[in-house]
Amino acid sequence: MEIMLILTLSLLLAWPLGVYMTGIFSGQAHWSDRLFGPLERGIFKVLGINQQQGMDWKSFGIAFLLSNLLLGVIAFLLLMLQHLLPLNPDGVGPLSWDLALHTAVSFLTNTNQQHYSGQAQLSFLSQSFVIVTLQFVTPAMGLAVCLGVLRGLLGGRNQATAQEGEARDLGNYYQDTVRAVLRLMIPLAAIVALALSSQGVPSTYQPSPTVSVLEQGQSLTEQKIPLGPVAAMVAIKQLGTNGGGWYGPNSANPLENPTPLSNLIETIALVLIPIAVVFMAGGMLRQRGFALMSLGVMGFLSLLCVAAAVYSEQQPNIAFAELAQSSGNMEGKEVRFGTDLSALWATLTTQTSNGSVNAMHDSLNPLAGLVTRSGMLINAIWGGIGCGFVNFIVYVWIAVFIAGLMIGRTPEIFGRKLEKAELSALGVLLVLPSAVILLFTAITLSFPALIGNSNPGLHGISQVFYEYTSAFANNGSGFEGLADNTPWWNITCVIVLLLGRYLPLVIPLYIAGMLAKKRQIPPSAASLPLANVTFGVTLLTVILILNFLSFLPSMVLGPIGEGLAESHIETISQQTSAITTQLQSVTGGAQ
Amino acid sequence: MNTKPLKTQQLNQQLLKQSSQRQTPAAAQTVFNPQLQHAYWRPALGLAGTMLLCCGLLYSVSVTAIGGWIFPGQANGSLLSTADNSFTGSALIAQPFSAAHYFHGRPSSVGTDPMSTGGSNLAPSNPALRERVAATSAELTALYQVAASELPVDLLASSGSGVDPHISPAAAALQLARVATARGIQHSALETLLQQQIEGPQFGLLGEPRVNVLLLNLALDQQFPLSK
Repeated sequence: MEIMLILTLSLLLAWPLGVYMTGIFSGQAHWSDRLFGPLERGIFKVLGINQQQGMDWKSFGIAFLLSNLLLGVIAFLLLMLQHLLPLNPDGVGPLSWDLALHTAVSFLTNTNQQHYSGQAQLSFLSQSFVIVTLQFVTPAMGLAVCLGVLRGLLGGRNQATAQEGEARDLGNYYQDTVRAVLRLMIPLAAIVALALSSQGVPSTYQPSPTVSVLEQGQSLTEQKIPLGPVAAMVAIKQLGTNGGGWYGPNSANPLENPTPLSNLIETIALVLIPIAVVFMAGGMLRQRGFALMSLGVMGFLSLLCVAAAVYSEQQPNIAFAELAQSSGNMEGKEVRFGTDLSALWATLTTQTSNGSVNAMHDSLNPLAGLVTRSGMLINAIWGGIGCGFVNFIVYVWIAVFIAGLMIGRTPEIFGRKLEKAELSALGVLLVLPSAVILLFTAITLSFPALIGNSNPGLHGISQVFYEYTSAFANNGSGFEGLADNTPWWNITCVIVLLLGRYLPLVIPLYIAGMLAKKRQIPPSAASLPLANVTFGVTLLTVILILNFLSFLPSMVLGPIGEGLAESHIETISQQTSAITTQLQSVTGGAQ
Repeated sequence: MNTKPLKTQQLNQQLLKQSSQRQTPAAAQTVFNPQLQHAYWRPALGLAGTMLLCCGLLYSVSVTAIGGWIFPGQANGSLLSTADNSFTGSALIAQPFSAAHYFHGRPSSVGTDPMSTGGSNLAPSNPALRERVAATSAELTALYQVAASELPVDLLASSGSGVDPHISPAAAALQLARVATARGIQHSALETLLQQQIEGPQFGLLGEPRVNVLLLNLALDQQFPLSK
């Protein structure tokens, strides 16, 4: 019930937002120019570029990579030197080089995988200056690349004048990025941050107060309540598909997510922009039908996963069998949210490449564990801002190719042919996730000294697989029991993060740039329509088959195996319960 | 190599001039010249600098200041204190309770320390979780003299944060008799107090019904002070 309310609200809010985004990125005059124009012109003076200057795919890609590199270096240095910089009232020390590198790269890639422990290892400056900035800029950069790809699909902004084979104008990377930050992210984040403050999310630069405990005479007599400029960060953490929270347990912590209302706001914020991007794509491509088809495919997969996860968590945790009431799995969950809202969040956060949590994923039942991993592996059900829709377009290209083979025609999309160069690049994108994730999982598993997992058996394998999947999908959630702040984990995750961020964005940009140059064939009866149910179902099948082929074996070793093993545990649990009853009579007798 | 970026810059400036000359108020025309695509370092550096200022400084500071100004209580950790300031706490953070005359909260895998919050991170298949739950279950069935199948799950499952301030109404109801006996008060009187402390779903719609253990115990101390 509440789940439907949250999903409907998200959809209803994403629609006008998508229209607004189309307005600000389509290059037409827009009412927001009056508000933001002067500030933007100032910024472009500092940048020293003409914001109307178009870029072809190469310059677009180089600008993207170079601005990432510089931002990454600055973030790394600021993190290494945080103990020497101001705004450090709790006297936090420096990070080790590998942890600083991992943290900088993880936030730079819009992943927000955290191997540090928030409030204890980062100063206020690192959290609210370095990390908040990356949380704003990186989704904007992803969105810029997505816009470049979308413009390429229609032949670029100079489509009308350019000759066949001539370089195409994919827009200005800097203009897109700056506009996304100023006109989209900052206003939304400010609204969300204030709403969260009203619910009890700390919003202060005061040092943490210490309180005394009501029942004295226990081991814990005082509590230090960690505060800070939390609301400002949590807002953009949710909106920007970032996920890196202020506190260790993220939005499960009552200070980061105090009430059901704050939970509603944070859940909507999690999917809002990723859904709006689909509406925006429809507007940018001037293809309402294509956008509706995309919305249908993503929405179907999303709802399916939500339903499975909610069902999964309503089932008892197998470890509690016969030991408590037979109700939902509350291990690692908070009473104010219960199982449904936790399962909803877990599903959406892994689909959108966000990675924030309001319950501990390590303790989810196996089916929900499967759902969360599927969301990250597919990585195109809404997906991260920009990169999610780019991944979706990659699936569309593959589906177009396969459908083209089936009906015996040269595959084409929006009148442009997919040929050998594009298909080879698509091949790289296809193999990349399984190659990277499985390779690193296998290496780590073969050296038990490196693993540092907290659970035995199949779930131990899952922890390793989950960590690399989350890194590659730029998601950032984790099975938090993993002792992951070691040089091995930090460095391998850095490699996986970089591969998972930059190749899946730059390669599609290249493909779009190549496609854009081609001659446009006018649509005819022979061309494959993309805006109907048939193509939607084909696309759905392609998405599922590709992921089954890549990851089914590892899923069997992970959550599926765990689920099967549970039937075995059940028999053990009956034996244990017999022992417990005996124990009970013994303790009862003693009293 | 050296002349090329220079040339590009000149061309760029020329274009800048051109475009500013014929700039119409809103929709400036786009310019595209694939040869003008070098000299990237300055915009990349400028982007990092301006964004650090806009997001890290302007946004963070202004939003934090406004939030703290409009909602001073909530923005500072929702702190509570008794009238005589003999006690303080946060309404959002669980405190440990073990005495018979208090209601108890949920198990915490971090000793209810708000500085190191977190869950158990034990998978359902982990024998360690099974052992822990079995021990808690035995303890609670002995304490309340009920069958294991009547124990509310939230009293056995550790919370995600380790500082979950709430328990379910059922978990509070289970403890009612124990607390009433320990304080030497009527069940019905305590029942009334408990009913007052149950928070329904927010706006009758959002979230689960729950009881804040710290607030309940504070109300308890106020209405039925312990005679010493």
